[in-house]
Amino acid sequence: MATATPQPAAQPGVQAIERENYLNKHYGVPSWLFTTDHKRIALLYLMSITFFFFIGGFFALLIRLELLTPAGDLVQADTYNKLFTQHGQVMVFFFLIPSIPAVLGNFLVPMMIGAKDLAFPRINLLSWYLYIIGGIMMLHCMLTGGVDTGWTFYVPFSTAFSNTKVIEAGLAIFVAGFSSILTGLNFIVTIHRMRAPGMTWSRLPLFIWAHYATSIIQILGTPVIAITLVLVVAERALHLGIFDPKLGGDPLLFQHLFWFYSHPAVYIMILPSMGIMSEIIACFSRKRIFGYTFVALSSISIAVFGFVVWAHHMFVAGISVYAALVFSILSYAVAVPSAVKVFNWTATLYKGSIRYDAPMLYAFGFLGLFTIGGLTGLFLAALGIDMHVHDTYFVIAHFHYIMVGGALMGYLGGMHFWWPKISGKLYPEGWARLAALIVFIGFNLTFFPQFILGYVGMPRRYYQYPQEFQVLNVLSTAGATVLGIGYLLPMIYFLWSMRYGKPAPDNPWNAAGLEWKTQSPPTTYNFEEEPVVTWEAYNYEELDAPQKQEVPVAR
Amino acid sequence: MPDSSATAIAGEAHGEHNPALLHHFATEEQQRDSSNLGMWIFLATEVMFFGGLFCAYLIYRGWYFGDFAAASTSIDAALGGANTAVLICSSLTVVLAIWAAQTSQRGLLLVMLALTMLFGCTFLGIKGLEYKDKFEEHHVPGASFSFDRVQIPGHPDQYANPQHAQIFFALYFIMTGLHALHMIIGLGLFAWLFWMAWKGRFTPEYHTPLEIGGLYWHFVDIVWIYLFPLLYLIDRHR
Repeated sequence: MATATPQPAAQPGVQAIERENYLNKHYGVPSWLFTTDHKRIALLYLMSITFFFFIGGFFALLIRLELLTPAGDLVQADTYNKLFTQHGQVMVFFFLIPSIPAVLGNFLVPMMIGAKDLAFPRINLLSWYLYIIGGIMMLHCMLTGGVDTGWTFYVPFSTAFSNTKVIEAGLAIFVAGFSSILTGLNFIVTIHRMRAPGMTWSRLPLFIWAHYATSIIQILGTPVIAITLVLVVAERALHLGIFDPKLGGDPLLFQHLFWFYSHPAVYIMILPSMGIMSEIIACFSRKRIFGYTFVALSSISIAVFGFVVWAHHMFVAGISVYAALVFSILSYAVAVPSAVKVFNWTATLYKGSIRYDAPMLYAFGFLGLFTIGGLTGLFLAALGIDMHVHDTYFVIAHFHYIMVGGALMGYLGGMHFWWPKISGKLYPEGWARLAALIVFIGFNLTFFPQFILGYVGMPRRYYQYPQEFQVLNVLSTAGATVLGIGYLLPMIYFLWSMRYGKPAPDNPWNAAGLEWKTQSPPTTYNFEEEPVVTWEAYNYEELDAPQKQEVPVAR
Repeated sequence: MPDSSATAIAGEAHGEHNPALLHHFATEEQQRDSSNLGMWIFLATEVMFFGGLFCAYLIYRGWYFGDFAAASTSIDAALGGANTAVLICSSLTVVLAIWAAQTSQRGLLLVMLALTMLFGCTFLGIKGLEYKDKFEEHHVPGASFSFDRVQIPGHPDQYANPQHAQIFFALYFIMTGLHALHMIIGLGLFAWLFWMAWKGRFTPEYHTPLEIGGLYWHFVDIVWIYLFPLLYLIDRHR
């Protein structure tokens, strides 16, 4: 809890003039554990999800090490099953789902709309505690044996055959799910009811629109996986027959219910990241975002379409060919609003005064990687190609391009963009650009070979493979190492900057948006007085317009 | 401590206002709207939570209709009907409680809240009775489950498949159990509301907790209104 540490006046001239803010208003562990300040809760989430990110990353590292050689020599097959299962569960449920909404969303949603806090601050704190309880259950599950079903809990393996701790993992995710629901509920009410005077829906930053769309998925999707996990736990404990084909149950029903949440869950990860993209790209090309309304509404339509494409995960599971046809077409339809966003960002860049600061480098990374991930998603939505590449590394590469290349790049870009506001300190720009580059190179080196591996037939979830796949696997493992360094670097220099970084001005990027119109770091209630909004979002033309009155004209 | 400091600041800023107005809201109206919207959104979540179960139930009911109808005849529709009546009465008392708060009739408010809790407890008691019957008849899914030689309604020559009947009872217990859990939470909520009303916290201007507590209670009632015909009244007309 480094941010809570009182900072002695070791650096006179810097610390002496430090203004009161949410970080130095109260000190001590209880002031953090019982806080209802959305900004402090965001930092609690930041620390917790970073912890789980490194646990998930550790599993990924072991997976890649095992796959360095064709033989299964580092771990046993059973251990390998647990590694990829827990990598998936930790990364999906304990890192990616809460990552941007619970950290940056928590911090920024009230500030961007000019509110003092979220509508329900105590529910916000409750959501963090639920996350922590779920996280502790997950850790306990992993330390006392783990689970080997794959992150998808497919029945009947998970309910009738697996000898691992399915029930405990299921309950951990059940509890963590409610933390996600409460965050979404809080955001929707806050965005509806807490906007500052003049902050109309058409003046909202696109980050807010993206979080609004995300929250819709969180409140409508998450309860479905919650009840599904209840059924899995009940089935496994009591052998009810609901999912057991031997007793008249239907495993496909489980897959339908599971993917009804778990496909939209991908949009819980990527939509907030898209919101960050809109902020960064507008700021660093000094232009109003192109097609504001389309970008805003494409978030909502992604959320809506996202609910009707789930069965594209089940094309080879035995659903009817007509159902498959419909879900295939609907999956193509999701590409439309996604492409609307990408084209609008590109159009925003056009003739902009682009600056290549670290957040923008991540944004460029996102643009390319998300496009690759999205287009390969269309391959997978095509029934014929899906038969060929289903359950291969092609799928692995595809969703890592979306979840890591998209969601995580956006998260890192956003962390750099708002770090001066969050910590009140500037991060070292040179190191940050280097890290962005390392992440980009490492990511592509890790996952691009997996497209080829999958296409030529390497299935996922195997701990050994034929000799001819080795070169590409070695490339991938090498890339994972580079990627690991790229993730460690920001953590190191963010921590470093909290103590040694230069104090950040209130608006280091000269960015639009209410969050930049208050001090860095903000006070507990964000604004000195309630802001009144009279301008459009992204009014960069106005911000950058030459101040005519100030230039004396000689006559 | 942040909580005390928050109260202190709220006190400074809105000294003469309702103490129930939290510091981050500008007006009481904003706070009431937010609480109401929050509860409606929570109920949307609840709809999806039960929705997954209803979906599973409807699929199996379609597949194994005869077996489900046979299993359904073994649960007591009279008790279920009585419970339906009890819950509808409790919804009425909730509405009357809110009306009492709006018209500052503290006595009536307390009576109505107490009646609501009484109806809630009656419901749970009757439900417990039904569970006890099922337990004694070995209709609880698991090792001692038995549902042998039960005729399918309208098909005197056919017996229900015990495995499919077990799926019915599994869903019956999970759905009604989850509903009962919601009732218990609702009772806790109303006990708290009763305590607040006892201390005279509710006024015609401020009774948001009653309103959102009432929304929750009505929702739980409505779930039962759907559960009752789906579980108890399959093919009863024969």
